[in-house]
Amino acid sequence: MNSDRPARRIRSGHATLTAHGEPWVWLTAASLAIAIAMIVGLLVFIAFRGLSTFWPVPLERLTLADGRAVLGEVTDREAAVTATSQAVGHPARRLVRTGDFDGTGNHYEWIDDTAITETSRPEWATVVERVEAGRLHGVPKRMLHGTEVVAEGPEAVWAAYLKEHDAVRTRALRAQRIDKRDRGELQRRLRAARLAVVQAGLDAGPASERAVAAEARERALAEEIAILDVALDEETARLRGANDGWAIEFETPSGGVAAVPLDGIVRAWQPNRLALGESLSLYFSRWGEFLVDDPREANSAGGVFPAIWGTVTMTLIMALFVAPFGVLAALYLREYAGRGPITTAVRVAINNLAGVPSIVYGAFGLGFFCYVLGAGIDDLFFKASLVADGQPTFGTGGLLWASLTLALLTLPVVIVATEEALSAVPNSMREGSYACGAGKWQTIRRIVLPRALPGIMTGLILAMARGAGEVAPLMLVGVKKLALDLPVDGTFPFIHPEREFMHLAYLIYDVGFQSPNSQAARPMVFTITFLLVAIIALLNVAAIWLRSRLRRRFVAQQF
Amino acid sequence: MYDSLVPPRRGVTGAEPAMPTVDEPPREAGAPRAAEPPQDRLAAVAAGREVEAEVHDSVLAEPPVLEVDRFNLWYGAKQALHRITMPVPLNKVTALVGPSGCGKSTLLRSVNRLNDLVQSVRITGDMRINGDSIYDPRMDVIELRKRMGMVFQKPNPFPMSIYENVVYSLRIDGETNRAVLDEVCERSLRGAALWDEVKDRLQESALGMSGGQQQRLCIARAIAAEPEVLLLDEPCSALDPIATGKIEDLIQELRGQYSVLMVTHNMQQASRSSDYTAFMYLGRLIEYGATTDIFTKPVLRETEAYVTGRFG
Ligand SMILES: Nc1ncnc2c1ncn2[C@@H]1O[C@H](COP(=O)(O)OP(=O)(O)OP(=O)(O)O)[C@@H](O)[C@H]1O
Ligand SMILES: [Mg+2]
Repeated sequence: MNSDRPARRIRSGHATLTAHGEPWVWLTAASLAIAIAMIVGLLVFIAFRGLSTFWPVPLERLTLADGRAVLGEVTDREAAVTATSQAVGHPARRLVRTGDFDGTGNHYEWIDDTAITETSRPEWATVVERVEAGRLHGVPKRMLHGTEVVAEGPEAVWAAYLKEHDAVRTRALRAQRIDKRDRGELQRRLRAARLAVVQAGLDAGPASERAVAAEARERALAEEIAILDVALDEETARLRGANDGWAIEFETPSGGVAAVPLDGIVRAWQPNRLALGESLSLYFSRWGEFLVDDPREANSAGGVFPAIWGTVTMTLIMALFVAPFGVLAALYLREYAGRGPITTAVRVAINNLAGVPSIVYGAFGLGFFCYVLGAGIDDLFFKASLVADGQPTFGTGGLLWASLTLALLTLPVVIVATEEALSAVPNSMREGSYACGAGKWQTIRRIVLPRALPGIMTGLILAMARGAGEVAPLMLVGVKKLALDLPVDGTFPFIHPEREFMHLAYLIYDVGFQSPNSQAARPMVFTITFLLVAIIALLNVAAIWLRSRLRRRFVAQQF
Repeated sequence: MYDSLVPPRRGVTGAEPAMPTVDEPPREAGAPRAAEPPQDRLAAVAAGREVEAEVHDSVLAEPPVLEVDRFNLWYGAKQALHRITMPVPLNKVTALVGPSGCGKSTLLRSVNRLNDLVQSVRITGDMRINGDSIYDPRMDVIELRKRMGMVFQKPNPFPMSIYENVVYSLRIDGETNRAVLDEVCERSLRGAALWDEVKDRLQESALGMSGGQQQRLCIARAIAAEPEVLLLDEPCSALDPIATGKIEDLIQELRGQYSVLMVTHNMQQASRSSDYTAFMYLGRLIEYGATTDIFTKPVLRETEAYVTGRFG
C-alpha cells in the first residue's frame, strides 16, 4: 500500500545457502559417517582376525635355495621394499608359521620369495597340536606301541591314529583330572582340618579339650587321605601305563623324524586333505575347546573358560552392588536433598569422580578393601589361616574386592544417569500423586521409579560395559594370570568371593605381551578380544531387551 | 522445587478470627480500606490498594463446605493472593474466572496444600474444610489431601494400567481387597463417563488413551476416594470441543453429589456448568455470586466487562 517504502531486497547466493544450512548438514553427516566407519571398521577387523584363528589353513612345503625345506601356513605377505639410503630393502617375502619350534626355537619365519625354489602342498602334511611345546608340522611315518610298529605309511598311520587316539586321550585327561581336581580336593580337606586345629588352639588354648579333639580328627583324616592318595596313585599309574608306549613318528620337512607320544596330542588334522564339511567341524571343535576348556601352555593354547566365567561373574556382581547404591544415592540427591551449595558441590564431585583414572580406583581397592577391610575380616574370622601358613583369605585381591572396586568406579555413571532419568519424570505426575494423598516415598516408589526405570537401566548398561572392559584396577585387586579354581563353582559354599580369578581383558594383555611365546599366541589375542567384545555385547543386549520390555510396560506414546 | 512437605511457615489458625497482624508486608499496613467507586476498582487494584470484594447474599445463604478466610499468599517477595475471603457452597459447582495470572490456580492449589511443595511460598490466613482448619499445624497434610480430589489442566495419568490409575488412592492406603477395588474402579469410571469405553482394556497402559479419555480418567481417579471437595483446574483447556462437551456433561452429572471448585477460562462453560461464579483479578476476589446474577446482572461494571469479553 505504501509505495514510498523501499522494497525489501531479497538476497541470494551465499546468504541463502547459509539459511538453508546445507554445509552444516554435510558437516554433521560427515562426522557421523566417520564415527560409524571407525566403529564398524574396528568391529569388522576384530571379528575377522578373531574368527579366522581356528580355520584350518593349507600347509605349504617350501624348498629353499640353501637346501632347507619348511612346512607351514603362510600367514602374511609383504611386497618388495627397495633399498633407500637409510635402510636396507628386501625382496617380496612371506611369513610362515613353521611349526618347528623344537628345531629352530621360533614359531614363525620370514622367507624371501627369491629364496624359494619349489612350492608344493603335500597331501599328508599334518598339523599336530601338542599338549606341550606347541604345534608340529610333519608327515606321519610310523605308529609305534612299545617296540612294535602298529602301522606304517601315512594312510595306515592316520587310520590307526583315528582308532586309538580317543581312548588314549580320554585316559590322559582322566589322569590329569585326578591329579588336579581330586588331589586338590583332598588337600583342601586336609587344610581345613589343620585350620580347625589352629582355630581351636586360638580359641580355647593349645592343650584344651577342643584342640585335642580337633587334632585327633586331623590325624584320622590324614590317615584316611593317605589311603585315598594311594588309591589315586594306583589309578593314575594304571591310566598312564595303558597309554605308555603309544607314539607316532612324523617326518619333518628337513628330513628328520620326530616322535610324539599319542597322549601328548590334543588333535591333529591334514589341512590339505580336508573337505569343507570337515574343515567346518574342525573349526567348531576348536571353538568348543576354546570356550569350555582350561588354558594350556601359559594361556597361549587351550581354552579360556575360567576367564569367561570370571568376567561374567565379576560384571554381574558389580552390577548387583552398583545398581542399588547408585539408584538410592541418586534418589536422595534428586528427590530429598535441598537445593543448595552442598548439593551442587556433591553433584560436581560425583561428576568429577567419573573422570578419575581407573588405576586410582585400583590403588584404592588394594589399599582399602584388601589391606584394611580384608585384613580386618581375616583378623576376625580367618585368623587360623594367617597363623597356620601366613595365607590371607580376604586380605588379598579377590572376586569380591574386584567387584566392589569396579562398582565404585562405575558408581558415578549410574548416579548421573539415574538423576537424569528422575528429572525427566514430569512434575505433573508427582503432583497428581500428591494430590491423591500419597506420601513422598509412595510417590517415588509407585510413580517416579517405574517411570524412570528405563533410563536407570541405560545407566546400568553403560556401567556394565565400562566395568566389563576395565583392566588396570583389576590387576591390583585380584585378577590373576592363571586361576583355575573358579570363584563360583560346585564345591561348598559354591560362591568363593575371596578367590582370585581370571578376566578376559587381562588375558588379552597377558597373552599378547607377557607370554613367553607371544608370537604363537598372537592369533589368540584377537580371538580373546573378539570374545570379550561379544560377551559385553551380549550382556548389553540382555539389558537392552529388559529395558525395552519395561519401557513398553510403563511408557506409551501420548495421543 | 519439591523438596519439603512442610511449609516454611504455617498461617494463623482459624480458631481466632482476628486479622493477622504479623507477616503482613508493611506496604499493606496503611492501605485504604474504603470501597472505591466501581469504575475505578480495577485501576485501584492495579495500583496496589485494598478493595472490598462484592460477595452476593445468595452465596452467604448457602451452607459452605470450604471457607477461605482472609487468605494471603506470597511467592518469595511477590504476593499472589490478597486477603481472599470466600465460602464455597456444599454440593454446588463454583467456577473461578479471571484473567491469566490472577491467582486462580494458586488459590486452588492452596486448598489441598500442594503449594507446600514450593519452597518460596509463605501464607497467612486460613481455610476450613467442613470446619477443620486446613493450615492448622496439627493437620496431617496427607490425610487432608485424601479428603479432596484434584484434576489438573493437563491430563497426568500415571505410568500404569487404567485400573491401577483409578484405584491409586486406595492402593496407597493399603487396600488389597480385590472386590472393593473392582467395585470402586467401576463406580468411578462410570462416574467419569468412561466405563463403556475402557471396560475391556482396564489392564492396558493409561498412557495409550486419547487426551480426552486421559482427562476423564483423571476425574475418575479424583472421585475414587469420594472426596469432600473436587478441585478442577481448567480441566478442558487441553481438549477438543467433543471431549470438552463430555467433561461438561460429566460436571453436570456430578452437580448435586459433589462440591466442585472449578477454574475455567471459558465463559460459556462457566455459565453453563456452574451454580456460582467468582471473578478474580490480580490476586484479589472482585465479585462473587450466583452464576445467573454474575452473567446477567453483575453489581460491578468490571465484572460485566470481563464476562462479556470486553476486557481480559
Ligand atoms: N511457583 C511459582 N513461583 C513464583 N511465582 C509463581 C509460581 N506459580 C505462580 N506464580 C505467580 O503467581 C501468579 C498467579 O499464578 P497462577 O498460576 O495462580 O495464575 P492463574 O490465574 O492460574 O493463571 P492461568 O489462568 O494462566 O492459569 C502469577 O503471577 C504467577 O507468575
Ligand atoms: Mg492456572
